[in-house]
Amino acid sequence: MVNKAAEAVNKMTIKMNESDAWFEEKQQQFENLDVQLRKLHASVESLVCHRKELSVNTASFAKSAAMLGNSEDHTALSRALSQLAEVEEKIDQLHQDQVYADFYLFSELLGDYVRLLTAVKGVFDQRMKTWGKWQDAQMMLQRKREAEAKLQYANKPDKLQQAKDEIKEWEGKVQQGERDFEQISKNIRREVGRFEKDRVKDFKVVIVKYLESLVHTQQQLIKYWEAFLPEAKAIA
Amino acid sequence: MEGSSAEAALSVSANSIRITDLTQDGDVLTFAITSQKLNGSAGVCVFRTYEDFDWLQQSLFSQENVPGLQGIIFPPLPPKALPSQLNMQTKAFKQLGFLALGQDWQSYCKALEFYLQQVATHPTLCKCKALDGFLINSESPGKQRGRKGIFNRLSQAVEEMRKESHKDVDNFFQNERNRNTSIAALSKVATEKLLDVVMTEQKLALACGHFSTSLHLCVNQDDADAVAFSKVCLKLSDIIEAVKRNYEKVANNNLTTLGLGLDLESRYQEAEKEMLFRRTCKLVELETVKKGTEKAKANKREVMEAFQKAVEKEFNLTSSVAKQEIERFHSSRVNVLKNFLIDWCEQQLNTAKECAELYSQHLEACRNMYSE
Repeated sequence: MVNKAAEAVNKMTIKMNESDAWFEEKQQQFENLDVQLRKLHASVESLVCHRKELSVNTASFAKSAAMLGNSEDHTALSRALSQLAEVEEKIDQLHQDQVYADFYLFSELLGDYVRLLTAVKGVFDQRMKTWGKWQDAQMMLQRKREAEAKLQYANKPDKLQQAKDEIKEWEGKVQQGERDFEQISKNIRREVGRFEKDRVKDFKVVIVKYLESLVHTQQQLIKYWEAFLPEAKAIA
Repeated sequence: MEGSSAEAALSVSANSIRITDLTQDGDVLTFAITSQKLNGSAGVCVFRTYEDFDWLQQSLFSQENVPGLQGIIFPPLPPKALPSQLNMQTKAFKQLGFLALGQDWQSYCKALEFYLQQVATHPTLCKCKALDGFLINSESPGKQRGRKGIFNRLSQAVEEMRKESHKDVDNFFQNERNRNTSIAALSKVATEKLLDVVMTEQKLALACGHFSTSLHLCVNQDDADAVAFSKVCLKLSDIIEAVKRNYEKVANNNLTTLGLGLDLESRYQEAEKEMLFRRTCKLVELETVKKGTEKAKANKREVMEAFQKAVEKEFNLTSSVAKQEIERFHSSRVNVLKNFLIDWCEQQLNTAKECAELYSQHLEACRNMYSE
């Protein structure tokens, strides 16, 4: 019995004696997911950054086209160049709107999930600690029982009652430890299940919103180009 | 007009000149130039390198017996392309600008093609024998180094540059010089700004590519929920790929139409600037000679007056050719820019329509899939 206790202590300091493979698998999955989500988040940040740069450059080009239009003598060409500048300004606004969409749809979503995963990892750690506490209680109970047995042989009735009381106390603690562990395990299973369904749902919602913003942008662009074409054709 | 220039007419149709192919061997680019002979339907194909184009340009500059040659606005030759030096930081890249960005040198070839067409449609330059030889002789002009064009701006001394702001005697020319100074600078800036836009669009396309790839890597089949998440990631990956392709198209449209057009306009304004500068130098020369004549002692006066008359004649000839050239330039540049603007708008409009259609399809599909 002593040997088994020693073994348990060893396992505790190295790793938990996982009786449920589900937890080990999930933990590994979440490690992987964490890495993937961080990569995605970085990709989106890069996208947002470049789009901001495009907005700045578009505005700058619009200004230069406007100045060119102002200095142009040929009336129709001057007008066309000024319209060109206006189209580019409008396109710049579209870029800014898209930056907003990229950021608030994707960047925030991914950021939230990265934070969520960190919290999930924390909860897994918490379960490990709970298990540890339970094991501690079991070991302590074992010791108390051994102490009682010794007292029985040593025939010290006065200390015996105290030992029996302590055994009862630790039996209670062992039961509580086991209940706590099972409760946290159940909670995790439920929360993980919900997380995985929500994750899919959240992404679906974001994709639809993103596509709506993309379609809207393109439709605006079509309007701008259709308005500009007659201006270009009118140059005589 | 001397008879010699009337005989040497171009033997091919100017509008049929095309650069149809390009081969690259290290830093040397060889261009295949085709054109149609005017007599009959025979086609000609010749192979030329940049050195040959340069030779042609120098030949045009150094023609003899062309009255008022210095008043001509010479079609600008694009700078030389050195493929091995084409990374973003080099001066070579900055010089080429738009022409360096096209896929497989498309824009560069187009610019060289324009150059040849502009020379071939120029009422005076089309008669230059060197042009005909360039277009039809199977042998390349070779490594001949004729005398360097007298109009090589780079070789002009710094003091000469001060002449640029010398006040003109003719309002028409003073106005044109002012206008040219302003437009040349502004069109150069506009070209550079558009180049920045195109490069950023290309960077954005790359970033979309990375995002799309990262989404692909999120696929795993561990359990039902993981499979569901994977499907969502793959769908998004497809969408981001479409966004990437859109940016690539938009950038390419900008490059091959408006970019090319602004680049051409910018270089043509520089060519006009060089012509105006040559005339201004002639003006300065004339005024210097006049002053000299006034101060001349009686015994030298006749000679000086004869010399002054000759310089004056040349100056007036140059000015009259210049006036024609300026008027021709004004009308043709408007037409050229108009065509580029129309092309640009039509291509961007088509791209936007295609893209809108594609995104709408994706949206429809997603709404259907996700409403379950």
